[in-house]
Amino acid sequence: MIRIETLTKQYGPLTVVDSVSMSIERGSITVIVGTSGSGKSTLLRMINRLVEPTSGRVLIDNNDTATEPAHLLRRRIGYVIQGNGLFPHRTVAENIATVPTLLGWDGARISARVDELLRIFQLDPAEFAAKFPHQLSGGQQQRVGVARALAAEPAVLLMDEPFGALDPIIRSKAQDDLLDIQRRFGTTVVLVTHDMDEAFRLGARVAVMSQGRVLQYDRPAVLLTRPADPFVSRLTGTTDRAMKLLSLTTAGEVAEPGAAEGPTVAATASLREVLSDLLWSGAQVATVLNADGTPAGRVTMAGILAHGRNS
Amino acid sequence: MPRAATLLRLAAVGLLVAFLTMPQRFAPVFAPLTQYGAPPIYDQGNLLALALAHLGTVFLAAAASTILAVGLGILVTRASGAEFLPLSRTLVNIGQTFPPVAVLAIAVPLVGFGEAPTLIALFAYGLLPIFENTVSGLQTCPPAVIEAADGMGMSGRQRLLSVELPLAMPLILEGVRLSLVINIGTATIGSTVAAKGLGEVIIAGLLSNNTAFILQGGLVTGLMAILIYDGMVTVEKRLVRVAHL
Repeated sequence: MIRIETLTKQYGPLTVVDSVSMSIERGSITVIVGTSGSGKSTLLRMINRLVEPTSGRVLIDNNDTATEPAHLLRRRIGYVIQGNGLFPHRTVAENIATVPTLLGWDGARISARVDELLRIFQLDPAEFAAKFPHQLSGGQQQRVGVARALAAEPAVLLMDEPFGALDPIIRSKAQDDLLDIQRRFGTTVVLVTHDMDEAFRLGARVAVMSQGRVLQYDRPAVLLTRPADPFVSRLTGTTDRAMKLLSLTTAGEVAEPGAAEGPTVAATASLREVLSDLLWSGAQVATVLNADGTPAGRVTMAGILAHGRNS
Repeated sequence: MPRAATLLRLAAVGLLVAFLTMPQRFAPVFAPLTQYGAPPIYDQGNLLALALAHLGTVFLAAAASTILAVGLGILVTRASGAEFLPLSRTLVNIGQTFPPVAVLAIAVPLVGFGEAPTLIALFAYGLLPIFENTVSGLQTCPPAVIEAADGMGMSGRQRLLSVELPLAMPLILEGVRLSLVINIGTATIGSTVAAKGLGEVIIAGLLSNNTAFILQGGLVTGLMAILIYDGMVTVEKRLVRVAHL
Protein backbone atom coordinates (compact mmCIF):
# COMPACT_ATOMS: atom_id res chain seq x y z
CA MET A 1 0.00 0.00 0.00
CA ILE A 2 1.17 3.52 -0.74
CA ARG A 3 0.28 6.15 1.83
CA ILE A 4 0.69 9.79 0.89
CA GLU A 5 0.65 12.15 3.87
CA THR A 6 0.15 15.93 3.53
CA LEU A 7 2.47 15.95 0.54
CA THR A 8 3.31 19.45 -0.67
CA LYS A 9 5.54 20.78 -3.44
CA GLN A 10 6.32 24.45 -3.77
CA TYR A 11 8.43 26.12 -6.42
CA GLY A 12 9.18 29.51 -4.91
CA PRO A 13 5.83 31.15 -4.23
CA LEU A 14 4.00 28.65 -6.41
CA THR A 15 2.33 25.69 -4.71
CA VAL A 16 2.09 22.92 -7.28
CA VAL A 17 0.87 20.18 -4.97
CA ASP A 18 -0.97 21.37 -1.91
CA SER A 19 -1.06 19.11 1.13
CA VAL A 20 -2.34 15.98 -0.59
CA SER A 21 -3.15 12.94 1.52
CA MET A 22 -4.43 9.71 0.06
CA SER A 23 -3.84 6.02 0.34
CA ILE A 24 -3.49 3.77 -2.64
CA GLU A 25 -4.60 0.18 -2.34
CA ARG A 26 -2.16 -2.58 -3.05
CA GLY A 27 -2.75 -4.49 -6.25
CA SER A 28 -5.17 -2.08 -7.90
CA ILE A 29 -5.07 0.62 -10.53
CA THR A 30 -5.44 4.11 -9.16
CA VAL A 31 -5.79 6.93 -11.64
CA ILE A 32 -4.95 10.55 -10.95
CA VAL A 33 -6.81 12.73 -13.39
CA GLY A 34 -6.76 16.47 -13.89
CA THR A 35 -6.21 19.26 -16.36
CA SER A 36 -2.67 20.29 -17.27
CA GLY A 37 -1.05 22.25 -14.46
CA SER A 38 -3.20 20.53 -11.84
CA GLY A 39 -0.11 19.05 -10.19
CA LYS A 40 -0.95 15.44 -11.06
CA SER A 41 2.43 14.62 -12.64
CA THR A 42 4.29 16.32 -9.81
CA LEU A 43 2.33 14.24 -7.31
CA LEU A 44 3.23 11.06 -9.19
CA ARG A 45 6.89 12.03 -9.47
CA MET A 46 7.09 12.63 -5.73
CA ILE A 47 6.25 8.94 -5.20
CA ASN A 48 9.55 7.86 -6.79
CA ARG A 49 11.25 11.08 -5.74
CA LEU A 50 12.02 12.36 -9.22
CA VAL A 51 10.62 15.43 -7.50
CA GLU A 52 11.56 15.89 -3.86
CA PRO A 53 8.61 17.01 -1.72
CA THR A 54 8.76 20.34 0.07
CA SER A 55 6.96 18.76 2.99
CA GLY A 56 4.93 15.68 3.79
CA ARG A 57 5.95 12.11 3.13
CA VAL A 58 5.23 8.99 1.10
CA LEU A 59 5.15 5.55 2.68
CA ILE A 60 5.30 2.38 0.63
CA ASP A 61 4.35 -0.63 2.77
CA ASN A 62 4.90 1.56 5.81
CA ASN A 63 8.48 2.47 4.83
CA ASP A 64 9.17 6.15 4.44
CA THR A 65 10.57 6.55 0.93
CA ALA A 66 12.81 9.41 2.07
CA THR A 67 14.97 7.04 4.10
CA GLU A 68 16.86 5.44 1.22
CA PRO A 69 18.85 6.93 -1.67
CA ALA A 70 16.46 8.02 -4.42
CA HIS A 71 18.10 5.99 -7.20
CA LEU A 72 17.86 2.78 -5.16
CA LEU A 73 14.21 3.47 -4.40
CA ARG A 74 13.50 3.97 -8.11
CA ARG A 75 14.93 0.58 -9.03
CA ARG A 76 12.07 -0.98 -7.08
CA ILE A 77 9.39 1.18 -8.72
CA GLY A 78 8.47 0.82 -12.37
CA TYR A 79 8.17 4.09 -14.29
CA VAL A 80 6.57 4.69 -17.67
CA ILE A 81 6.38 8.11 -19.31
CA GLN A 82 4.67 9.56 -22.33
CA GLY A 83 6.86 9.13 -25.39
CA ASN A 84 8.37 6.12 -23.58
CA GLY A 85 11.94 7.51 -23.29
CA LEU A 86 13.56 4.39 -24.70
CA PHE A 87 17.34 4.60 -24.98
CA PRO A 88 17.87 5.11 -28.72
CA HIS A 89 21.38 3.63 -28.72
CA ARG A 90 20.34 0.38 -27.07
CA THR A 91 18.47 -2.59 -28.48
CA VAL A 92 15.01 -3.57 -27.29
CA ALA A 93 16.53 -6.34 -25.16
CA GLU A 94 19.12 -3.97 -23.65
CA ASN A 95 16.41 -1.42 -22.91
CA ILE A 96 14.29 -3.97 -21.11
CA ALA A 97 17.35 -5.26 -19.23
CA THR A 98 18.16 -1.80 -17.83
CA VAL A 99 16.94 -2.21 -14.26
CA PRO A 100 17.88 -5.91 -13.87
CA THR A 101 21.39 -4.93 -15.02
CA LEU A 102 21.49 -2.10 -12.48
CA LEU A 103 20.41 -4.59 -9.83
CA GLY A 104 23.21 -6.94 -10.82
CA TRP A 105 21.14 -9.91 -12.01
CA ASP A 106 23.18 -12.57 -13.78
CA GLY A 107 23.09 -12.78 -17.56
CA ALA A 108 20.99 -15.92 -17.84
CA ARG A 109 18.31 -14.58 -15.53
CA ILE A 110 18.21 -11.27 -17.40
CA SER A 111 17.83 -12.85 -20.83
CA ALA A 112 15.16 -15.25 -19.56
CA ARG A 113 13.23 -12.29 -18.12
CA VAL A 114 13.61 -10.25 -21.31
CA ASP A 115 12.28 -13.12 -23.41
CA GLU A 116 9.38 -13.65 -21.03
CA LEU A 117 8.40 -9.97 -21.13
CA LEU A 118 8.67 -9.75 -24.90
CA ARG A 119 6.31 -12.73 -25.19
CA ILE A 120 3.87 -11.23 -22.70
CA PHE A 121 3.78 -8.09 -24.82
CA GLN A 122 3.31 -10.08 -28.02
CA LEU A 123 6.71 -9.23 -29.41
CA ASP A 124 8.55 -12.25 -30.80
CA PRO A 125 12.00 -12.24 -29.11
CA ALA A 126 13.67 -13.64 -32.23
CA GLU A 127 12.40 -10.70 -34.24
CA PHE A 128 12.44 -7.84 -31.76
CA ALA A 129 15.17 -8.42 -29.15
CA ALA A 130 17.95 -7.10 -31.37
CA LYS A 131 16.02 -4.23 -32.91
CA PHE A 132 16.60 -0.61 -32.02
CA PRO A 133 13.74 1.61 -30.79
CA HIS A 134 13.61 3.65 -34.01
CA GLN A 135 12.85 0.46 -35.93
CA LEU A 136 9.61 -0.09 -33.99
CA SER A 137 6.13 1.36 -34.46
CA GLY A 138 4.74 3.73 -31.84
CA GLY A 139 2.63 1.00 -30.28
CA GLN A 140 5.57 -1.40 -30.12
CA GLN A 141 7.78 1.27 -28.55
CA GLN A 142 5.13 1.88 -25.94
CA ARG A 143 4.94 -1.83 -25.11
CA VAL A 144 8.71 -2.03 -24.79
CA GLY A 145 8.55 0.98 -22.46
CA VAL A 146 6.08 -0.83 -20.19
CA ALA A 147 8.07 -4.08 -20.43
CA ARG A 148 11.20 -2.18 -19.39
CA ALA A 149 9.38 -0.72 -16.39
CA LEU A 150 8.19 -4.18 -15.31
CA ALA A 151 11.52 -5.94 -15.89
CA ALA A 152 12.62 -6.18 -12.28
CA GLU A 153 9.15 -7.22 -11.10
CA PRO A 154 8.39 -4.03 -9.21
CA ALA A 155 5.48 -4.07 -6.79
CA VAL A 156 4.59 -0.53 -7.82
CA LEU A 157 4.27 0.83 -11.35
CA LEU A 158 3.97 4.59 -11.96
CA MET A 159 2.70 5.72 -15.35
CA ASP A 160 2.67 9.32 -16.50
CA GLU A 161 0.29 9.72 -19.45
CA PRO A 162 1.62 6.44 -20.83
CA PHE A 163 -0.82 6.24 -23.74
CA GLY A 164 -0.95 9.94 -24.61
CA ALA A 165 1.04 9.61 -27.82
CA LEU A 166 -0.87 6.64 -29.24
CA ASP A 167 -3.66 6.70 -31.78
CA PRO A 168 -7.12 5.66 -30.48
CA ILE A 169 -7.06 2.07 -31.70
CA ILE A 170 -3.60 1.28 -30.35
CA ARG A 171 -4.42 3.17 -27.17
CA SER A 172 -7.47 1.01 -26.53
CA LYS A 173 -5.34 -2.12 -27.05
CA ALA A 174 -2.65 -0.77 -24.73
CA GLN A 175 -5.26 -0.10 -22.04
CA ASP A 176 -6.56 -3.67 -22.32
CA ASP A 177 -2.98 -4.95 -22.09
CA LEU A 178 -2.41 -2.90 -18.96
CA LEU A 179 -5.53 -4.32 -17.32
CA ASP A 180 -4.33 -7.84 -18.21
CA ILE A 181 -0.81 -7.25 -16.94
CA GLN A 182 -2.09 -5.70 -13.74
CA ARG A 183 -4.33 -8.71 -13.06
CA ARG A 184 -1.56 -11.09 -13.94
CA PHE A 185 1.15 -9.64 -11.70
CA GLY A 186 -1.03 -7.94 -9.10
CA THR A 187 1.06 -4.80 -9.54
CA THR A 188 -0.03 -1.63 -7.75
CA VAL A 189 -0.44 0.84 -10.60
CA VAL A 190 -0.68 4.61 -10.24
CA LEU A 191 -1.50 6.24 -13.55
CA VAL A 192 -1.74 9.92 -14.42
CA THR A 193 -3.93 11.07 -17.30
CA HIS A 194 -6.00 14.03 -18.42
CA ASP A 195 -8.40 11.72 -20.23
CA MET A 196 -11.50 11.05 -18.14
CA ASP A 197 -12.59 8.09 -20.29
CA GLU A 198 -9.21 6.48 -19.73
CA ALA A 199 -9.49 7.15 -16.00
CA PHE A 200 -12.90 5.51 -15.83
CA ARG A 201 -11.86 2.58 -17.93
CA LEU A 202 -8.72 1.74 -15.96
CA GLY A 203 -9.15 3.09 -12.47
CA ALA A 204 -10.53 1.09 -9.57
CA ARG A 205 -10.31 4.43 -7.83
CA VAL A 206 -9.89 7.83 -9.41
CA ALA A 207 -8.46 10.98 -7.83
CA VAL A 208 -9.52 14.23 -9.44
CA MET A 209 -6.93 16.99 -9.06
CA SER A 210 -7.18 20.70 -9.64
CA GLN A 211 -4.78 23.45 -8.61
CA GLY A 212 -2.64 21.12 -6.55
CA ARG A 213 -5.46 19.64 -4.51
CA VAL A 214 -7.33 16.36 -4.72
CA LEU A 215 -10.98 17.35 -5.01
CA GLN A 216 -12.40 13.86 -4.85
CA TYR A 217 -10.90 10.39 -4.58
CA ASP A 218 -13.33 7.55 -5.00
CA ARG A 219 -14.66 4.82 -7.22
CA PRO A 220 -15.62 6.05 -10.71
CA ALA A 221 -19.33 5.40 -10.14
CA VAL A 222 -19.28 7.64 -7.08
CA LEU A 223 -17.52 10.42 -9.01
CA LEU A 224 -20.37 10.25 -11.53
CA THR A 225 -23.31 9.98 -9.16
CA ARG A 226 -22.09 12.06 -6.25
CA PRO A 227 -19.50 14.56 -7.48
CA ALA A 228 -17.98 16.38 -4.50
CA ASP A 229 -17.25 19.54 -6.43
CA PRO A 230 -18.62 21.34 -9.50
CA PHE A 231 -15.20 20.88 -11.11
CA VAL A 232 -15.52 17.10 -10.78
CA SER A 233 -18.87 17.07 -12.54
CA ARG A 234 -17.49 19.39 -15.22
CA LEU A 235 -14.56 17.06 -15.76
CA THR A 236 -16.67 13.90 -15.84
CA GLY A 237 -19.04 15.62 -18.24
CA THR A 238 -22.77 15.88 -17.74
CA THR A 239 -24.04 15.14 -21.23
CA ASP A 240 -23.29 11.43 -21.30
CA ARG A 241 -22.87 10.54 -17.66
CA ALA A 242 -25.59 7.88 -17.86
CA MET A 243 -23.60 6.18 -20.63
CA LYS A 244 -20.39 6.53 -18.61
CA LEU A 245 -22.12 4.91 -15.66
CA LEU A 246 -23.23 2.02 -17.86
CA SER A 247 -19.68 1.59 -19.10
CA LEU A 248 -18.51 0.93 -15.53
CA THR A 249 -20.60 -2.24 -15.13
CA THR A 250 -20.11 -5.44 -17.08
CA ALA A 251 -22.87 -7.70 -18.35
CA GLY A 252 -21.52 -10.57 -16.23
CA GLU A 253 -22.05 -8.56 -13.05
CA VAL A 254 -25.75 -7.97 -13.63
CA ALA A 255 -26.76 -11.07 -15.57
CA GLU A 256 -30.00 -12.52 -14.26
CA PRO A 257 -31.20 -16.10 -14.74
CA GLY A 258 -33.50 -16.69 -17.65
CA ALA A 259 -33.93 -18.34 -21.00
CA ALA A 260 -31.35 -17.59 -23.65
CA GLU A 261 -32.66 -15.34 -26.41
CA GLY A 262 -31.64 -12.36 -28.47
CA PRO A 263 -28.07 -11.44 -29.43
CA THR A 264 -25.19 -12.89 -27.40
CA VAL A 265 -22.71 -10.68 -25.56
CA ALA A 266 -19.54 -11.46 -23.62
CA ALA A 267 -19.68 -11.36 -19.84
CA THR A 268 -16.83 -8.84 -19.90
CA ALA A 269 -18.73 -6.44 -22.18
CA SER A 270 -19.88 -3.24 -20.49
CA LEU A 271 -23.58 -2.46 -20.23
CA ARG A 272 -22.91 0.45 -22.57
CA GLU A 273 -21.77 -1.97 -25.25
CA VAL A 274 -24.72 -4.30 -24.57
CA LEU A 275 -27.16 -1.41 -24.83
CA SER A 276 -25.63 -0.47 -28.13
CA ASP A 277 -26.01 -4.07 -29.34
CA LEU A 278 -29.66 -4.15 -28.26
CA LEU A 279 -30.46 -0.84 -29.95
CA TRP A 280 -28.73 -2.00 -33.08
CA SER A 281 -30.48 -5.36 -33.28
CA GLY A 282 -33.86 -4.11 -32.04
CA ALA A 283 -33.99 -6.83 -29.36
CA GLN A 284 -35.11 -6.40 -25.75
CA VAL A 285 -33.00 -9.18 -24.25
CA ALA A 286 -29.40 -10.32 -24.72
CA THR A 287 -27.80 -13.59 -23.64
CA VAL A 288 -24.57 -13.26 -21.68
CA LEU A 289 -21.87 -15.79 -22.46
CA ASN A 290 -18.88 -16.65 -20.28
CA ALA A 291 -15.42 -16.71 -21.79
CA ASP A 292 -15.78 -20.46 -22.35
CA GLY A 293 -19.05 -20.01 -24.26
CA THR A 294 -21.42 -21.24 -21.55
CA PRO A 295 -24.45 -19.04 -20.91
CA ALA A 296 -24.18 -16.86 -17.81
CA GLY A 297 -27.73 -15.58 -17.88
CA ARG A 298 -29.37 -12.66 -19.62
CA VAL A 299 -29.70 -8.92 -19.45
CA THR A 300 -32.78 -6.98 -20.44
CA MET A 301 -33.17 -3.52 -21.90
CA ALA A 302 -35.20 -2.50 -18.85
CA GLY A 303 -32.46 -3.82 -16.54
CA ILE A 304 -29.78 -1.85 -18.36
CA LEU A 305 -31.82 1.33 -18.29
CA ALA A 306 -32.29 0.94 -14.56
CA HIS A 307 -28.51 0.82 -14.13
CA GLY A 308 -28.10 4.07 -16.01
CA ARG A 309 -30.44 5.86 -13.63
CA ASN A 310 -28.90 8.09 -10.98
CA SER A 311 -29.94 6.15 -7.89
CA MET B 1 30.40 6.84 -55.82
CA PRO B 2 31.68 5.16 -52.62
CA ARG B 3 34.14 3.18 -54.73
CA ALA B 4 35.43 6.34 -56.40
CA ALA B 5 35.81 7.97 -52.99
CA THR B 6 37.76 4.97 -51.70
CA LEU B 7 40.04 5.04 -54.71
CA LEU B 8 40.65 8.76 -54.23
CA ARG B 9 41.44 8.20 -50.56
CA LEU B 10 43.88 5.41 -51.34
CA ALA B 11 45.51 7.54 -54.02
CA ALA B 12 45.93 10.44 -51.59
CA VAL B 13 47.45 8.21 -48.90
CA GLY B 14 49.73 6.59 -51.49
CA LEU B 15 50.89 9.95 -52.78
CA LEU B 16 51.59 11.24 -49.28
CA VAL B 17 53.53 8.14 -48.22
CA ALA B 18 55.47 8.06 -51.49
CA PHE B 19 56.45 11.70 -51.21
CA LEU B 20 57.49 11.46 -47.57
CA THR B 21 59.53 8.28 -47.98
CA MET B 22 61.23 9.06 -51.31
CA PRO B 23 60.93 12.78 -51.92
CA GLN B 24 63.83 12.86 -54.42
CA ARG B 25 61.69 10.94 -56.93
CA PHE B 26 59.47 14.01 -57.10
CA ALA B 27 62.32 16.39 -57.91
CA PRO B 28 61.34 16.74 -61.60
CA VAL B 29 57.86 17.89 -60.55
CA PHE B 30 59.16 20.68 -58.33
CA ALA B 31 62.23 21.64 -60.38
CA PRO B 32 60.39 24.19 -62.55
CA LEU B 33 59.53 26.15 -59.39
CA THR B 34 63.13 26.76 -58.39
CA GLN B 35 65.51 29.38 -59.67
CA TYR B 36 69.28 29.58 -60.00
CA GLY B 37 69.78 25.86 -59.41
CA ALA B 38 68.30 25.84 -55.91
CA PRO B 39 67.36 22.34 -54.62
CA PRO B 40 63.82 21.40 -55.75
CA ILE B 41 63.25 19.14 -52.72
CA TYR B 42 63.68 20.17 -49.09
CA ASP B 43 67.14 19.00 -48.08
CA GLN B 44 67.72 20.42 -44.60
CA GLY B 45 65.99 17.59 -42.77
CA ASN B 46 64.08 14.36 -43.21
CA LEU B 47 60.55 15.14 -44.46
CA LEU B 48 59.08 11.97 -42.97
CA ALA B 49 60.52 12.72 -39.53
CA LEU B 50 59.21 16.29 -39.73
CA ALA B 51 55.73 15.12 -40.72
CA LEU B 52 55.63 12.60 -37.88
CA ALA B 53 56.86 15.19 -35.37
CA HIS B 54 54.21 17.57 -36.69
CA LEU B 55 51.45 15.01 -36.24
CA GLY B 56 52.81 14.04 -32.83
CA THR B 57 52.60 17.61 -31.58
CA VAL B 58 49.08 18.05 -32.97
CA PHE B 59 47.75 14.80 -31.51
CA LEU B 60 49.34 15.41 -28.13
CA ALA B 61 47.79 18.88 -27.97
CA ALA B 62 44.42 17.53 -29.16
CA ALA B 63 44.47 14.79 -26.52
CA ALA B 64 45.09 17.37 -23.80
CA SER B 65 42.39 19.71 -25.21
CA THR B 66 39.93 16.82 -25.41
CA ILE B 67 40.49 15.74 -21.82
CA LEU B 68 40.07 19.26 -20.46
CA ALA B 69 37.26 20.38 -22.78
CA VAL B 70 35.17 17.22 -22.37
CA GLY B 71 35.75 17.23 -18.62
CA LEU B 72 34.75 20.87 -18.41
CA GLY B 73 31.75 20.24 -20.68
CA ILE B 74 30.57 17.46 -18.39
CA LEU B 75 31.09 19.61 -15.30
CA VAL B 76 29.09 22.59 -16.54
CA THR B 77 26.17 20.44 -17.71
CA ARG B 78 25.70 18.91 -14.22
CA ALA B 79 23.28 20.69 -11.92
CA SER B 80 26.11 21.34 -9.48
CA GLY B 81 28.39 22.91 -12.10
CA ALA B 82 25.86 24.86 -14.16
CA GLU B 83 26.95 28.17 -12.67
CA PHE B 84 30.43 27.66 -14.16
CA LEU B 85 29.12 27.53 -17.71
CA PRO B 86 29.49 31.26 -18.48
CA LEU B 87 32.96 31.39 -16.91
CA SER B 88 34.15 28.26 -18.72
CA ARG B 89 32.76 29.52 -21.97
CA THR B 90 34.62 32.81 -21.55
CA LEU B 91 37.92 31.08 -20.77
CA VAL B 92 37.62 28.71 -23.70
CA ASN B 93 36.68 31.58 -25.98
CA ILE B 94 39.79 33.50 -24.93
CA GLY B 95 41.83 30.45 -25.92
CA GLN B 96 40.32 30.71 -29.37
CA THR B 97 40.39 34.51 -29.76
CA PHE B 98 43.95 34.92 -28.63
CA PRO B 99 46.08 34.34 -31.76
CA PRO B 100 48.37 31.30 -31.44
CA VAL B 101 51.30 33.48 -32.51
CA ALA B 102 50.68 35.72 -29.53
CA VAL B 103 50.48 32.68 -27.27
CA LEU B 104 53.85 31.58 -28.60
CA ALA B 105 55.31 35.00 -27.91
CA ILE B 106 54.11 34.87 -24.32
CA ALA B 107 54.96 31.21 -23.76
CA VAL B 108 58.56 31.28 -25.02
CA PRO B 109 59.90 33.47 -22.18
CA LEU B 110 58.12 31.22 -19.71
CA VAL B 111 58.89 27.72 -21.00
CA GLY B 112 61.68 28.31 -23.51
CA PHE B 113 61.95 27.40 -27.20
CA GLY B 114 60.92 24.07 -28.72
CA GLU B 115 57.88 21.83 -28.42
CA ALA B 116 56.44 23.24 -25.21
CA PRO B 117 55.20 26.68 -26.36
CA THR B 118 53.68 25.13 -29.49
CA LEU B 119 51.83 22.56 -27.45
CA ILE B 120 50.46 25.30 -25.21
CA ALA B 121 49.30 27.38 -28.17
CA LEU B 122 47.64 24.44 -29.92
CA PHE B 123 46.08 23.20 -26.71
CA ALA B 124 44.45 26.59 -26.02
CA TYR B 125 43.39 27.02 -29.64
CA GLY B 126 41.76 23.60 -29.84
CA LEU B 127 39.59 23.81 -26.73
CA LEU B 128 36.64 25.76 -28.10
CA PRO B 129 35.18 23.38 -30.69
CA ILE B 130 35.47 20.38 -28.38
CA PHE B 131 34.00 22.22 -25.40
CA GLU B 132 31.07 23.72 -27.29
CA ASN B 133 30.22 20.44 -28.99
CA THR B 134 30.42 18.53 -25.72
CA VAL B 135 28.11 21.02 -24.04
CA SER B 136 25.56 21.03 -26.83
CA GLY B 137 25.77 17.24 -27.19
CA LEU B 138 25.01 16.79 -23.51
CA GLN B 139 22.38 19.52 -23.41
CA THR B 140 20.45 18.17 -26.38
CA CYS B 141 19.93 14.64 -25.04
CA PRO B 142 16.16 14.08 -25.32
CA PRO B 143 14.55 15.04 -21.98
CA ALA B 144 12.33 11.92 -22.03
CA VAL B 145 15.43 9.72 -22.27
CA ILE B 146 17.08 11.53 -19.36
CA GLU B 147 13.91 11.25 -17.32
CA ALA B 148 13.65 7.55 -18.13
CA ALA B 149 17.27 7.02 -17.04
CA ASP B 150 16.55 8.76 -13.73
CA GLY B 151 13.25 6.95 -13.34
CA MET B 152 14.92 3.56 -13.86
CA GLY B 153 17.19 4.32 -10.94
CA MET B 154 20.50 5.14 -12.63
CA SER B 155 22.89 7.12 -10.48
CA GLY B 156 24.22 10.37 -11.92
CA ARG B 157 27.42 8.66 -12.98
CA GLN B 158 25.63 5.70 -14.59
CA ARG B 159 23.37 8.07 -16.49
CA LEU B 160 26.35 10.07 -17.74
CA LEU B 161 28.41 7.08 -18.81
CA SER B 162 25.74 4.84 -20.27
CA VAL B 163 23.24 7.33 -21.69
CA GLU B 164 24.43 10.92 -22.01
CA LEU B 165 28.00 10.44 -23.25
CA PRO B 166 27.09 7.76 -25.81
CA LEU B 167 24.32 10.00 -27.17
CA ALA B 168 26.62 13.04 -27.24
CA MET B 169 29.52 11.09 -28.77
CA PRO B 170 28.93 12.02 -32.44
CA LEU B 171 28.98 15.73 -31.57
CA ILE B 172 32.01 15.38 -29.30
CA LEU B 173 33.93 13.55 -32.03
CA GLU B 174 32.97 16.26 -34.49
CA GLY B 175 34.48 18.80 -32.11
CA VAL B 176 37.69 16.78 -31.83
CA ARG B 177 37.83 16.56 -35.62
CA LEU B 178 37.46 20.32 -36.06
CA SER B 179 40.10 20.92 -33.43
CA LEU B 180 42.53 18.48 -35.03
CA VAL B 181 42.13 19.89 -38.50
CA ILE B 182 42.49 23.50 -37.39
CA ASN B 183 45.62 22.62 -35.46
CA ILE B 184 47.32 20.67 -38.23
CA GLY B 185 47.48 23.95 -40.10
CA THR B 186 48.18 26.08 -37.05
CA ALA B 187 51.05 23.85 -35.91
CA THR B 188 53.21 25.11 -38.76
CA ILE B 189 53.81 28.34 -36.84
CA GLY B 190 55.51 26.26 -34.13
CA SER B 191 58.58 26.19 -36.32
CA THR B 192 59.14 29.89 -35.57
CA VAL B 193 60.00 28.84 -32.00
CA ALA B 194 62.06 25.80 -33.02
CA ALA B 195 59.44 23.09 -32.65
CA LYS B 196 59.99 20.26 -35.11
CA GLY B 197 57.33 20.26 -37.79
CA LEU B 198 56.42 20.96 -41.38
CA GLY B 199 56.54 24.71 -40.69
CA GLU B 200 60.30 24.37 -41.02
CA VAL B 201 59.96 23.52 -44.70
CA ILE B 202 57.68 26.48 -45.37
CA ILE B 203 59.87 28.91 -43.43
CA ALA B 204 63.00 27.64 -45.19
CA GLY B 205 61.23 28.27 -48.49
CA LEU B 206 60.22 31.78 -47.47
CA LEU B 207 63.76 32.64 -46.28
CA SER B 208 65.47 31.38 -49.42
CA ASN B 209 62.71 32.45 -51.78
CA ASN B 210 62.21 28.81 -52.80
CA THR B 211 58.61 28.31 -53.95
CA ALA B 212 59.14 24.55 -54.21
CA PHE B 213 59.86 24.30 -50.46
CA ILE B 214 56.83 26.42 -49.56
CA LEU B 215 54.63 24.30 -51.75
CA GLN B 216 55.98 21.02 -50.32
CA GLY B 217 55.38 22.08 -46.73
CA GLY B 218 51.94 23.41 -47.56
CA LEU B 219 50.86 20.44 -49.63
CA VAL B 220 51.96 17.83 -47.11
CA THR B 221 50.25 19.73 -44.29
CA GLY B 222 47.07 20.17 -46.34
CA LEU B 223 46.98 16.56 -47.45
CA MET B 224 47.34 15.35 -43.88
CA ALA B 225 44.55 17.65 -42.74
CA ILE B 226 42.23 16.39 -45.46
CA LEU B 227 43.01 12.74 -44.75
CA ILE B 228 42.48 13.13 -41.01
CA TYR B 229 39.23 15.02 -41.56
CA ASP B 230 38.06 12.30 -43.91
CA GLY B 231 39.15 9.51 -41.59
CA MET B 232 37.34 11.05 -38.64
CA VAL B 233 34.15 11.53 -40.66
CA THR B 234 34.26 7.85 -41.61
CA VAL B 235 34.74 6.82 -37.99
CA GLU B 236 31.85 9.07 -36.88
CA LYS B 237 29.53 7.73 -39.57
CA ARG B 238 30.36 4.15 -38.70
CA LEU B 239 29.76 4.87 -35.04
CA VAL B 240 26.37 6.38 -35.75
CA ARG B 241 25.44 3.43 -37.92
CA VAL B 242 26.67 0.71 -35.58
CA ALA B 243 25.46 2.27 -32.34
CA HIS B 244 22.31 3.85 -33.80
CA LEU B 245 23.07 7.23 -32.29
